[in-house]
Amino acid sequence: MDLAVEMREITKVFKKVAANDKVNFNLKKGSIHGLLGENGAGKTTLMNCLYGLYQPESGKIFINGKNVRIDSPQKAMSLGVGMVHQHFMLVRPMTVVENIMLGLSSKRGPFLDTDRVERELLALSKRFNLNLEPKAKIWQLSVGEQQRVEILSALYRGAEILILDEPTAVLTPNEAQELFGILRMMRNDGKSVILISHKLEEILAIVDEVTVLRDGRLVGQAQVTAETTKRDLTSMMVGRDVLFNFKHETLKTGATKLMVNHLGARNDKGLPALKEVSFSISAGEILGFAGVDGNGQKELCEVLTGLRPTTSGEICLNGKELNRSSPKTFINEGIAHIPEDRHKTGLAMNMGIARNLILKNFSQSGFSSRGLLNFRAIKKNAERLMEEYAIKANGVHTKVKDLSGGNQQKVILARELSSKPEIIIANQPTRGLDIGATEYVRQKLLEESAKGAGVLLISADLEEILQLSDRIAVLYDGQIMGILGRNASVEEIGLLMAGVRTEEVEVC
Amino acid sequence: MQTDILTVGLVSLLAGAIRMSIPILLPALGEIFTQRSGILNLGLEGIMLMGALAGFGGTFFTQNLWFGLLAAVITGITFSLIMGFLSITVKANQVIAGTALTILGTGLSTFLFREMFGIQKLPPQIESFAPLQIPFLSDIPFLGPVLFNHNIMVYLTLLLVVCSAFVLEKTPFGLQVRAVGENPRAADSKGINVTLVRYLCVMIGGAFAGLGGAFLSIGFMNTFLDGMVAGRGFIAVAVVIFARWNPYRALGAALLFGGASALQMRLQAIGVPIPHQFLLALPYVLTILVLLSVSKKAEFPAAYTLPYSRSER
Repeated sequence: MDLAVEMREITKVFKKVAANDKVNFNLKKGSIHGLLGENGAGKTTLMNCLYGLYQPESGKIFINGKNVRIDSPQKAMSLGVGMVHQHFMLVRPMTVVENIMLGLSSKRGPFLDTDRVERELLALSKRFNLNLEPKAKIWQLSVGEQQRVEILSALYRGAEILILDEPTAVLTPNEAQELFGILRMMRNDGKSVILISHKLEEILAIVDEVTVLRDGRLVGQAQVTAETTKRDLTSMMVGRDVLFNFKHETLKTGATKLMVNHLGARNDKGLPALKEVSFSISAGEILGFAGVDGNGQKELCEVLTGLRPTTSGEICLNGKELNRSSPKTFINEGIAHIPEDRHKTGLAMNMGIARNLILKNFSQSGFSSRGLLNFRAIKKNAERLMEEYAIKANGVHTKVKDLSGGNQQKVILARELSSKPEIIIANQPTRGLDIGATEYVRQKLLEESAKGAGVLLISADLEEILQLSDRIAVLYDGQIMGILGRNASVEEIGLLMAGVRTEEVEVC
Repeated sequence: MQTDILTVGLVSLLAGAIRMSIPILLPALGEIFTQRSGILNLGLEGIMLMGALAGFGGTFFTQNLWFGLLAAVITGITFSLIMGFLSITVKANQVIAGTALTILGTGLSTFLFREMFGIQKLPPQIESFAPLQIPFLSDIPFLGPVLFNHNIMVYLTLLLVVCSAFVLEKTPFGLQVRAVGENPRAADSKGINVTLVRYLCVMIGGAFAGLGGAFLSIGFMNTFLDGMVAGRGFIAVAVVIFARWNPYRALGAALLFGGASALQMRLQAIGVPIPHQFLLALPYVLTILVLLSVSKKAEFPAAYTLPYSRSER
């Protein structure tokens, strides 16, 4: 079979660190190719070289057998290479057709040629079953639809080779299946697809061939057959066997710790974001919250940590009502918060580790007296926690922004968990972490629940929810669609995530 | 008889409102381009002063008003390139860069004027743009003198409102400007030169601001005075936000401010028993009130005041 893309010995260096070190990559025409690796393995860097966003220091790229130099995305597009980025490259207040016309020359000279492009888009959208309305504004579309706009845009520009960067990270299981359907249709049409991913299931489900990167180096390339297993791929990816099934102690729930009744709250735009949310968490229990991002998860966390006012309902911790209390009260009552966005809300990026570790309790005895900080105690505290949580850094005063994502998350864990919390609110605690750090965070959450803390775990990663949770609640449009037992199936949860309420869902 | 006086008063007030709105509308139109591309140019005041000086100087030395306008446009563009360089190339803080530009323009225009003309008892004067009565239309009672008895710059400015709206909404360039201001990374990935588009938008803003300044010195008055822009550059920025980056709404907003200026002048002339300092403050008080009421609701371009760099995440 012919090769659509051949990349030979690609080397790309950032600040003296090789993100890609002599990587070879071959894509067969008319195939779906998985590019697998942990975060920071160099997958996206390699593809950005192919798409012209980066220039490799050395190496050659062949497209359809011809040696080419791709120095800009435009050049890549003219060679038939299209890319759908992880963060969509769309302009939200503009329409689908305006977004796609962007950067294309108009056939009507200095004026826009909206009507003609619109007709052509409708035809193309029909052919690949993309189901898009060209006149819709981007902000009105669901995430899955926005992704299809990107695909449509690439197809309209004549892409024969389509790169998708972590395309399923933002999709519900059903949307992901739809996407795979579209990709298969493209393959049948003779187009070639590169799928960047670190999710093994989807690689196994749809990909014909896989290339695995680790630490910027090529580890292996293989056909994916029915016999290929997850274990084969992980050991290639990580270089060792990974514990996939955590030992989950059998549930021995204690007394109810957190009670939430008929909670309501508004989002930043003043629209209802939480509607009649009720649930409870017992000591030693992990309650997972599944759901597509933006269905009230952020608001729920903020309400439960006192950062956002409620419009109705009540929050009771150990029988004490906490509505309308300040965040400080929530902290003092023992609610720990692992926020969604490490950089913006979790840490003060320009401050050192030691100071980040006392952000919550700097005023407590030991760390300060009479309005002055006790530097010795702060340093001791940092040294102790850095050792306990295995935080890798040059010293206690290393700025947090210079740490890796995994170590940043460990700083947050150390700060939040060292205060022996009653309830831990963990919002996307493993987002963007590599497998090693992910394993560590999950292990810590299990440990804490075994010690008797209640954990509220929000995650977009269903696998994580299924692995850790004792019960699984599904959020959709600010409501709890149902609370399922830990043996719930992915299909069941997927339906609820899409807002379809089935009859037999029992609310426990 | 009584009604006649009232009518005459009203005509002069409304015609004055239109005239006074021009030196706000012109810079506002340019600033719409600049801000739509994601750059806040607070240096309008300084650019306008330079434009006013260049317009006057150009006319004085060539004895041709059109050369005066050309000089104002070129000066405006040149001066705005400082803003472009600071905010786009060096990625400096735009508020600071703009403020610096205003201070520079204020000082430099006065300095150059004195260098060129010395300090005289009677300021040098030129023959400014004369009112252009549009045949037939200017004879319509009431509307004629209000709308069709202005100098050519007024008509040109109104034409520019339509042109600006058309360019922004109906041309690929307008699409690129909007995309660059909302999501420069997306624009970049679609092959749009973000730096170039932003420079062009800053230059358009400079050209319009230069014209706005020139209107004051050779369209409205017939000489250059120190600080004659008198805060109109800042009011123009307020108008842009009030108009939510739409040229037609900017026309309405500019008329509102022009009306306030015209009104306070008439009130002073009539001799209302209010200290003139309070009347003079009217347009500026209006600016504060308008910004208070609108700025919370306005949806700013998403990349407003954010420099773009491809390699940063």
